[in-house]
Amino acid sequence: MKSEILYKIDGLYRDDFRVRGYRFGKGEKSVCIMGSMRGNEFQQIYVCSQLIQKLKHLEEKGRIKSRILVIPCGNPYSVNVKKRFWTIDNTDINRMFPGYSLGETTQRIAAGIFENIKDYKYGIQFASFYMPGDFVPQVRVMKTGSEDVELAKKFGLPYVVLHNPRPFDTATLNYNWQIWETAAFSLYTTSTSAIDKTSAKQAVDAVLNFLSKQGIIEYKGYEGYISRVVENSDLVNVRTACAGFFEKLVSAGEKVEKGRLLAKIADPYTAEIRQEIISPIDGIVAFSHNEIMAYQNTAVYKLIVEDDVI
Amino acid sequence: MSKIVDKILTVASVQLPVDEELKIKKHRIMPFDSDAKLLEKHGRRISIVTGIHGDELEGQYVCFELSRRISEHPEYLKGVVDIYPAMNPFGIDNITRGIPAFDLDMNRIFPGNHNGDMNEHIAAEIIKDIEGTSLCLDIHASNIFLTEVPQIRINTLHKDKLVPIAMKSNVDFIWVHGASTVLESTLAYSLNSRGINTLVVEMGVGMRITKEYGDQLVDGIFSLMKDMEIWSGEVSEVRRPILSNDESGNDVYYLNAPFSGIFLKEKNHGCIVKKGDIIGRIVDPLSGRLLCEITAPGDGWLFTIREYPVVEDGSLMGRILKHTEVQA
Repeated sequence: MKSEILYKIDGLYRDDFRVRGYRFGKGEKSVCIMGSMRGNEFQQIYVCSQLIQKLKHLEEKGRIKSRILVIPCGNPYSVNVKKRFWTIDNTDINRMFPGYSLGETTQRIAAGIFENIKDYKYGIQFASFYMPGDFVPQVRVMKTGSEDVELAKKFGLPYVVLHNPRPFDTATLNYNWQIWETAAFSLYTTSTSAIDKTSAKQAVDAVLNFLSKQGIIEYKGYEGYISRVVENSDLVNVRTACAGFFEKLVSAGEKVEKGRLLAKIADPYTAEIRQEIISPIDGIVAFSHNEIMAYQNTAVYKLIVEDDVI
Repeated sequence: MSKIVDKILTVASVQLPVDEELKIKKHRIMPFDSDAKLLEKHGRRISIVTGIHGDELEGQYVCFELSRRISEHPEYLKGVVDIYPAMNPFGIDNITRGIPAFDLDMNRIFPGNHNGDMNEHIAAEIIKDIEGTSLCLDIHASNIFLTEVPQIRINTLHKDKLVPIAMKSNVDFIWVHGASTVLESTLAYSLNSRGINTLVVEMGVGMRITKEYGDQLVDGIFSLMKDMEIWSGEVSEVRRPILSNDESGNDVYYLNAPFSGIFLKEKNHGCIVKKGDIIGRIVDPLSGRLLCEITAPGDGWLFTIREYPVVEDGSLMGRILKHTEVQA
C-alpha cells in the first residue's frame, strides 16, 4: 500500500487541503474507488477505510493483480468543519466534473482529482442522495449510452437501479467517468451521515466480489445476491400530504404489502395524527426518509414494485 | 386620479411542520377595470422576479422602486406588472444563497414538478404563474464575493430574440455566453424554452443594495414597458450597452487567484485597464508578505471585481472584457 497526495491547495490559516489516495498493486490501472466528496458523507469514508484494510491484507499475500486506487475523501476541508459543501462558497465538488484546472477552487479540485482517476477501467463511487434517508444497498447506473448493466450485477448487491441523467448530472463524477470511457458505478449503502457497519460490510464485500470477478484480485468471499435491475422511473414515490413530525414504521429493505401502514405524520404541538402513510403497492422499500421532520410533498418512501424486474 | 388594481397574491404555498406556511407572493399592479388575460394576450404583461438566491438583494430595491414609481403615476399604466420579490423566502430570511434545510440551489430545480418534492412543486407553481407574461426579468446580484456592473447574460440559444430586447434595458453590458447543460435547470432557461422571453440581470454584489444600479435598472424597466405599451408616461433615454458575443468563451480574461490569501483590490469595477495594470494584491497577514500582484493580462474593461477579501487557490478576482470587444 502506498499513500500519496493526489492534489493539494495551500491553506491561508488552515492546514493545506489534501486529497489523499491509497495505491495497491501494479500495472494496468484497473479500478479507482472514490469515497466522500461532501462533508457529511461519513459512511462513505468509513466504507473506504474498511476496504483499504482488506486490500492491504490481500496485497501482503500477493493477491492483487493490477493497480487499484482508493480515495477515501475528496473534501476533507468540509468534513472537518461539518459542512456538506465547499467551505467558502458552498459549491458541490460533485457538480464540477470534469473540472477546470484554471477555474475556480472547486473546479480545480475536481480537475485535480479527475486527472488522477480518469484513466481507470472501472470507477466506483460511494455516493449519497440529495434527500436525507436510508437506502436498500444498491448500484446506481446512469444511462449515458455507455452503461454496462451486466457488469453492475457483478457487485452482487440486491438491486441495480438505472436512471436517466438530469441536467445537473452531467457535471457529476459518475457521468464524466463514463464519458471518458471508464465503466462507472455509484454504490449506495444504507446511511450517509451515520456509520452503518452492516451495510458498510456489505459494500466492501460487493466491491471485493466485483474485483474478484474481473480478475483484479484473488479473493473468495461472499457471493452476494443475484441483482434485480429496476428503472428509477419505475420506483413508486410515496409522498406526504402534510408536514409534521415523521414517525417511521418501516425501514429500507423491508418488504411491504399494499395497505400497510408505513409511517405517521403528527402535529408537533398536539400529537394529533395528520396523516397515516399507507403503502399503495406490494413492494420493497428502496428508500426511506430518516429525519424527525417531514415537509409537505416529500417522497418519504420509494418502493420497488414486487414484480418489477427487467 | 386613475385607479389601479394593486394586490398581493399567493403564487405557491406549502404547509411547514411547525405552525408556519411557506408562501411565495407577488405584487400585481394593473389598470382598474381591465382584463388581465386580455392584456396578456396583447403582450402587455411584464414579470419582475428576484430573490431566487437568498443572499442577492439588489433586486429588492428594484421591486420597491418600480411599484413606487407606478403608484406615483397610475394614469400611465396600461398593462399588467407582476413583481415577485422573494422566490426563496427561506434563503432571504436566513442570509443563505440556496434553500436552507435542503442545501439546494433553487436555480437548479426549474422547471420543477407539480408532483415532486416541496421545492420542485414550488418551482413548477412559479413557472405556471409566470406563463403568459411577455417579458420576464430575473434579477440577480452576482454573489457575496463579486461586484458586477449592471449587465444582462444571455444563453446563445436565445440570443436572436433576447439581444434586441436587452439593448433597451439600460444596462452597461450584454454578455452572450455559450450553452451549458447544467444551466438548463435555471428559471431563465425554463421560461425561454417555453417561449417566454426572459432576461437574466446581474448587478452589484450580494448582501448589499446599490441604489444607483437599482435606479438605472428601474429606468430600463420603464423603457421596456413603454416599448411593450404597458407604460404610456415619459421614460429616460437608455444607455447603449457593450455587447459581447462570447459563445466561444474567448472574449473575457478571467483572473483566478494563484494563491490563498487576502485580496486587496486596487481597481474598481467598470474601469478601463491596460495590460500590466495592477488589479489587486494577494497578501498574507500572518507573515506580512506580499504573495503576488494581480495584473491585467491585456487591455480591456474590468466589469467584475472581487469584493470579498478572502481568496483561495482558484478564487475568481475579476473579469476583463478584452479591449477589442470593448471597441467593437
